Amino acid sequence: MADFDQELDASGLNCPLPILRAKKTLSGMAAGQILHIIATDPGSVKDFDAFAKQTGNELLESKEEGGKFHFLIKKA
Amino acid sequence: MEEKKLAIIATKGSLDWAYPPFILASTASALGYETQIFFTFYGLQLLKKKLDLKVTPLGNPGMPMPGGMEKFMPVLVTALPFMEGVMTGMMKKKMKDKGVASIEELRELCQEAEVKMIACQMTVDLFDMDRSHFIDGIEYAGAAAFFEFAGDSDICLYI
Repeated sequence: MADFDQELDASGLNCPLPILRAKKTLSGMAAGQILHIIATDPGSVKDFDAFAKQTGNELLESKEEGGKFHFLIKKA
Repeated sequence: MEEKKLAIIATKGSLDWAYPPFILASTASALGYETQIFFTFYGLQLLKKKLDLKVTPLGNPGMPMPGGMEKFMPVLVTALPFMEGVMTGMMKKKMKDKGVASIEELRELCQEAEVKMIACQMTVDLFDMDRSHFIDGIEYAGAAAFFEFAGDSDICLYI
């Protein structure tokens, strides 16, 4: 996993909380900074992809590791 | 990019049907939508300061019950006085266990995200509802006010 500036653990949270928490965390970050999100909701894979496409924030990485989902999002 | 708009009409006042308007509105806001929810009839229950939302298996054949009970439980049993309370308690526990947000939490997230919430003034009058029982920060208006926003919306949902 590449470097990141902030981490958000959304494990155990269900739709739409991981997205809402990510949005909130991103709004406190500077453009170009990278957020690492950890989630257990299988729906979050499609959701973070859609979130990135619609908000302009870039999804750098999306992978499953050790039963959890990891996302790297670069703030636009 | 011009901001997209989502207009929702919330008409139902049960625990299960409280979810779609608040989930969609909070998510839309996170995606950059300007969002309004117009609460009318039973939907007004979702704006009460003290929420007392229930879910009932009565008249709801699609509702899954523990152990597949819904397959053999006579409809009449679902009408017994304790059923509503029992099912509501079970549903709330299940939601908590599965990491599903409470309605209070989702509503608060909507307010933080500046989702505009409008209470139908006609329904408030019809049911003699007291404005002091509703949360702060909402507006009271009628159908014409809804259309002012909905007419320009990209998505309009009736729930």
